[in-house]
Amino acid sequence: MIEARSLTKRYGEKVAVDNLTFTVRPGAVTGFLGPNGAGKSTTMRMILGLDAPTSGTVTVNGKPYAEHARPLREVGALLEARAVHTGRSARNHLLAMAATAGIGRRRVEEVIELVGLAAVADKRVGSFSLGMGQRVGVASALLADPETLILDEPVNGLDLDGVRWIRTLLRGLADEGRTVFLSSHLMSEMALTADFVIVVGRGRLLLEQSMAQFIADASSGVARVRSPQADRLAALLGGEGVTVRSVAQDVLEVEGLPSEQIGIRAADARITLYELSVQGASLEEAYIALTRDAVDYRSSVGSAHVELAQAVAA
Amino acid sequence: MSAPLLDTRAPAPATTGRTPSQPVTVRRAIASEWIKFRTLRSTWATLGSAVVGMLILGLIVAYNTRDLSSNLQPDDIAPSSTLQGYNLSQLLIGALGVLFVSGEYSTGMIRATLAAVPKRLPVLWAKLAVFVAVTATCMIVISFVTFLSAQGLLSHYRPGYSLSDPGALRVVLGTGIYLTLIGVIGGILAWIIRSTPGALVAYFGVVLLLPLIFGELLGNWGKNVDKFLPASAGARFAESIPEGYSLTPWWALAVLIAWVLIGLGVSAVLLRRRDA
Repeated sequence: MIEARSLTKRYGEKVAVDNLTFTVRPGAVTGFLGPNGAGKSTTMRMILGLDAPTSGTVTVNGKPYAEHARPLREVGALLEARAVHTGRSARNHLLAMAATAGIGRRRVEEVIELVGLAAVADKRVGSFSLGMGQRVGVASALLADPETLILDEPVNGLDLDGVRWIRTLLRGLADEGRTVFLSSHLMSEMALTADFVIVVGRGRLLLEQSMAQFIADASSGVARVRSPQADRLAALLGGEGVTVRSVAQDVLEVEGLPSEQIGIRAADARITLYELSVQGASLEEAYIALTRDAVDYRSSVGSAHVELAQAVAA
Repeated sequence: MSAPLLDTRAPAPATTGRTPSQPVTVRRAIASEWIKFRTLRSTWATLGSAVVGMLILGLIVAYNTRDLSSNLQPDDIAPSSTLQGYNLSQLLIGALGVLFVSGEYSTGMIRATLAAVPKRLPVLWAKLAVFVAVTATCMIVISFVTFLSAQGLLSHYRPGYSLSDPGALRVVLGTGIYLTLIGVIGGILAWIIRSTPGALVAYFGVVLLLPLIFGELLGNWGKNVDKFLPASAGARFAESIPEGYSLTPWWALAVLIAWVLIGLGVSAVLLRRRDA
């Protein structure tokens, strides 16, 4: 459980985090979402006591992080910049971290195995790819088997397998009842991972709600349906406030009807569906609309779309 | 990244029963810092060079001063003459002290370190303990080895000194102690400046430049300041022949220790206060 109350951080004139209040609950994956420069990393550093808030408080399991006798047991953290000495091997890095908590070699070997670093554990971290570096970070976050995990952009630099691996791992940890808090600037990633979402922009809280609710609100109600009996289905779905467009052979776009309803009606009529999906792009659009006024480093709308397109493709 | 490393189908549970973990203590922080210290190649390269440099330079000085009839200065034939290699070693030991701390900042490791030890000060004490234990052991031992072997070499040509000669034991121990403390000052500068190049420049300034400016360029006034500078006070404790304005050896040691204590105090306050 992480509780931030009126958390504020100023660097001179610039306000990095502005009166942020939120709660991250155990047993769920909570996404921390916002454009670059929105204050996500600063907030995470304040949770870990690395940066002191200008005002406000943040506690982990009821206490400021620094007051816990077994800090690694409370929170395992993967920080954005690689927080590992490049001249040391992954194994020695983990052994050094483990020593502060009196954790033995057996657990170190266990986490090395768990994150898939066994083959390279004795190589210097400086020679690792970004994705390997992330794995070292995840391994050290898991060392003391923490109640809470804080991960800053964990999928950064991971390949597709790695991204999937992180998702499954985080899901599993949340299902064990742990608090999982991860940041990302990519909505598409969060939609797949998070149960709750906290959106920030320019240091301010823009939104705190469940992912399901966010998706429901965001969905403009456009569902894509593919069926060999598209014509019959189109006739079934049409009605007050519902628009059905045929966009390709066997493909319909249905607006104004929840996807559940489409599925139920198709099943009742024994119509075969090959595909039924709520259009994901609307989620990105909702996120962009939400953060539009809060984007600090926007170059142009075009590049934002390129980034999103890449994210969706990944 | 190669695919066989991954098993995306079945992520093992992160835990099988809870991993036992203990509260953070200074003792555990020391265990951690000792692992960090010994698992960097640069540690042993630097420490090794400092040790070997002392011995080789000691033997060279002994050989070059074997003939008393040649034109020798008083400090070429004093007990501390064969320990002059400390002039080189102090640069290496200082760099070791700097890197042990600044390496954490330059690589971002400091954030992992302080997240693991969020009370922070145990990290400072642990690094100090590890550095002092290793450096004092190595440097005091190599000072004795250098003194004994160089004087042994000299005794083939002319009478050398033994440890029982007046002031001999003090300069031998003093050399090892000075090198340890000046290395600690390197670490202190790194805690304060938090950057490798910045701290190295500051260290070379403190060890080489300040004694030159105050000791040579500013007349008697400067010399009166110079004797209180860490490097000059340390040299006074480690060398046999006093210069005109010097403190007594034991006062000089006290001055050097005072510098170290003040520096540690400043480091502790800054480490507690600043954002990592």
